[in-house]
This record gives sequence, structure tokens and C-alpha cells, in this order.
Amino acid sequence: MTQANVLLENKKTNFIPDSFNGRKLKNGLFLSIVILFSLITISLVFLIIGTMIFKGYHQINWAFFTQTPPNTFEAMMAKSSETLIPGGIINGITGSLYMVALASILAIPFGVLIGIYLYENSKQRYAGMIRDITDVLQGVPSIVIGLIIYLWVVVHITKGYSAFAGSVALSIMMLPLIIRSTEESLKMIPDSLKEAAIALGTPYYKVVWRVLIPTSFTGLMTGILLAISRILGETAPLMLTALGNPAINWNIVKPSSAVPLLIWQFYNDPNMVDLIWSSTLFLMAFVLILNLLAKWIAAKRKF
Amino acid sequence: MVIPSITSEINNMTVSPKLTETKDMTQPSIISIEGLSIAYDKDKLAVKDVTATIKKNAITAIMGPSGCGKTTLLRAINRMHELYPNISTNGEIKLFDESIYDMSTIQLRRKIGMVFQRPNPFPTLSIYDNVIAGYKLNGINLKRPERDEIVETSLKDVTLWDEVKNSLHKKGNFLSGGQQQRLCIARALAFKPDVILLDEPTSALDPIATAKIEDLLIDLKENYTIVLVTHNMSQAARISDNSMYMYLGELIEYDTTTNIFTNPKNISTQNYITGRFG
Repeated sequence: MTQANVLLENKKTNFIPDSFNGRKLKNGLFLSIVILFSLITISLVFLIIGTMIFKGYHQINWAFFTQTPPNTFEAMMAKSSETLIPGGIINGITGSLYMVALASILAIPFGVLIGIYLYENSKQRYAGMIRDITDVLQGVPSIVIGLIIYLWVVVHITKGYSAFAGSVALSIMMLPLIIRSTEESLKMIPDSLKEAAIALGTPYYKVVWRVLIPTSFTGLMTGILLAISRILGETAPLMLTALGNPAINWNIVKPSSAVPLLIWQFYNDPNMVDLIWSSTLFLMAFVLILNLLAKWIAAKRKF
Repeated sequence: MVIPSITSEINNMTVSPKLTETKDMTQPSIISIEGLSIAYDKDKLAVKDVTATIKKNAITAIMGPSGCGKTTLLRAINRMHELYPNISTNGEIKLFDESIYDMSTIQLRRKIGMVFQRPNPFPTLSIYDNVIAGYKLNGINLKRPERDEIVETSLKDVTLWDEVKNSLHKKGNFLSGGQQQRLCIARALAFKPDVILLDEPTSALDPIATAKIEDLLIDLKENYTIVLVTHNMSQAARISDNSMYMYLGELIEYDTTTNIFTNPKNISTQNYITGRFG
């Protein structure tokens, strides 16, 4: 008797309809749980965005992007006369952009070079150590990084809260993300491409510079954008390093404001609650756009 | 002028059987490999004491079963192994009586071009830039008319010109596999090398694209010396002038292709040719 016949025979004798042993029921139950949970997650995101838009949209106007925040008295007056709170968060926007730009200038060259090193020497012990340390760095709580930078930079270098200290703290948070994304996107380049360049007599540093980096450019950009969107919302390390500033500041050794810092300040002032929501909406939109941009660039990569 | 050196080498050889020189094998040679051994790990030789001379303006096929060291031998000729520090190479390779180890890699690789198993044009460069990639990557500046001429002649040499002349500045991604491989050959030709090494250049291509490349190689023979690794015996028989048969890292037999296929001296070669193993 062939195997198929045996199976057929068994099926005849032990014949039970599928629904009887509850297979379909279990499947249906599991599916509905999965769908329910995913709906909850999705609706949370929509709830967050919806709340922010609903509570924050009426404060979004020209002044919001061009003026510094009002003082408590101005805000209180506006509140009692039931008009919009005057002023905006321009000092936070400029501060955030300024510090993120400085942090990127510090972190991108380091991160990309370390990433290239890890890719080139992936089997060396020293490279393995760096990789592990990078993972540890990624896990360090941001407040700890803030404290350390306070001790190193605020106390000893700039002798006071400064945009520079904030940038250093943010760049340390960016580093592990950029290192790993650089390594990963370089790994996706087929070896044959590297060999093609080598076979043309290209010196190694030029292969890295003219072939590997341009080819993995989309991957590098994605990593950098995600790292930037990650640090844009960081508050804790900035509280201990950049402190905040009621005016626009471009001086690297002076305290500087940032959007998340302003949100924290607005939260502590009952008269300015309305500004929290518009600032949050702005921050969220900015990060969302960066994320979408990163996704779009990643989708365009060729292999 | 070459025979004396070869016969003296043969006398020194212990593992490889004696090579017989026929009339066709007495053409002037361009590359001479002397006692070449290559190891990936210590004590594990991938190529064992190979001695051979490669004839000028001929197609030399290297064949043999998988893992016999044919690709390893080919890649030694333009020092590709230096990319991987765990590979150790012993022996001497001379191009025009000059040791390749005395040349700079840029000099050497300008004289010995290479084409790989899978087409590998640079995805970030246009077709035009891919052809002159060797110049671009090495920072050699060419004047516009000079560049245009190199691109045109290289692409005409590989019969790709008519197919791409209207899309030179597009990226190469839309080309078919066969076209991409011809683009890669054009990239190697752009340097006007003396020798072109091809590592199973048609194994990723369909029969029509393969036939085109084979015709192309026969045409290119006039101006270039071609060394071709192939696992396709009929390809070796169709287009090569001389054939090497390798087995387990040793060069078992090296003769004109006609002799190898009609009158192999070695039983192992005979078994391989007749399809008994490999």
C-alpha cells in the first residue's frame, strides 16, 4: 500500500469535519485578536495626531513661526480676554535647528567613518568591541548623557550652559544610530562592485569615497535622517546642557532654546498651556516629515 | 624564444605532467606564470605550482571542475588577491618580461583589464561614465573630445554603441544582463589594456547574449590577449585557441584547444572532456 493510500485510509476512518475540532474557530479567534490589537495601536497614533491638531491648530499662525514666546503676564492677559496667546516659538525652532545642525556636523563624519571601519574590518576583534560599545551607547539613557556632558562640557569647557554642550549631547545620541546604519547600508553593496573598482586600478580610499559611499548614499541618508528625527525630540539631555533661552541665540557658548525645551517650559506655566499643543504639533509634523522623507529615500535605493 | 624557459620549468616540475609544445603554442607570449602557488589558508593550496605562458593575441581558456582553482589563478594575474589579506601568493608572474609585483596596481590593472562573472556596472554612474570609470576613479582628467572618443570606440568594440548611443547619460540599470556585461567589457577596454581577464563572463547570461559575447571575444582577439575562465567546455571548444585544464589546483594539461579536445595526453583531461566527471 502506498503512502498516499495509507493517508486516504486514515482520513476515511478518523474522519472529523474541520470545524469539529475547533480549527476554524481558533483561527478566527486568533485573527480577530490580531486585528483588534493592531487597530488599537493604529488608533492610538491617530488619536495622538488628532488631539494635537484639534488642540493646537488655532495657535498656528504667522506669529507662531516668527516671534519669541510671550511672558507669563502677556499670556495671562490674552487668556482672560479669550484671544490667542501672542508670540511664537521662533527661539525654539532656531535653537533646535542650530543644535541639530551642529550635532550632525559633529556626529556624521565620526559615525560614517566608524561605520566604514566596521564594514571593512568586520571580523577583527577590535571592530567587534567597537560594535558592542556602540550598542551599549545606544542603550545609555539620555538623561545620563545629559549629566555627563554637563560635567564635561558645561562645567569645564563652556563654563556655563551652552548650545555647544547641547549639540555635543545630541551628537552622542546620534552616533550609534549613524554608525550602525552606515555599516548596514554598506553591507548591502555587492562585493562585485567593489572588485570592479579595484580591477580598474582604483586605490582603496578612492573606492570607498567614489564607489562605496555614492552607492550606499540613499542608505546613509536614511540613517542620518532617522537619527536627526530621533534627536529632534530629545528633552532630557538639553535641560542639563542647553538650558533654554527666551530669545533667539546663535552664540555657541550661550544657552539656547529648543522646541522640546519650550514645551517643557509651557507645561510649567498654566497660562501657556495652549502653546504646548501647537508646539507639539509642530514638532510632531517635523519629525513625521523627516521620517517620511527617509522612507521615500530608502524606497528609491537600487539594491 | 619562449621554449627554453618553458622546458627548463618543466624539468623542475614535480606535480604537473610534462607539457608538450606544439607548433601553435610557439607564438609569442605575453604573460608568463612561473611556479605560482596560492593559498587561502595555510597548508591549503588552491593553486599548486602552476607554470605556463599565455600567448599573445589568442584566447586562452582555463577550464576544470568547480573548485579546481581556475578563478583563483585568473585573479592572481591582476593581483586581485591583494584585496584579501588572508590569501598568500607565491611564485612569479611576468607581463612582457616585467614582474607584475614590481608594477603599481594602477599600472598593472591598466594593462590587464578584468570582467567578472556577474555584470557589475556602477549603479550610480551613467552608461557614459561607466565606460570611462577607470579614468574617473583614478582621477585621470581627459578632455571632452578625448573622452567622447574613448566612449564611442569602446562601445563600438563591444557592439553596444548602436543600442545605447541615444541614452548614454542614463543610468545603466535599464540595460539587459547581456548589455550590462558588454558594458563591463567596454569599461575594461576603455583603458586600452594588453590583456583582458574574463571570469566566466557568460554564466549569468542567456544563450543569445552568450553567443554575442563569444563573437565579440573572437573579434577582440585581434587587438587584445584574452584569458577566459569557463566551466562550459563547449564554449572553450568554440572560441579558445589554447586551453588549460586544471584539477585540484594543478595545471594538468595545457595545449592548443584542438589538441586538448581531440587528443588529450592526460587521462584526467580525457575524462573531463568526455564528460565522465566534472
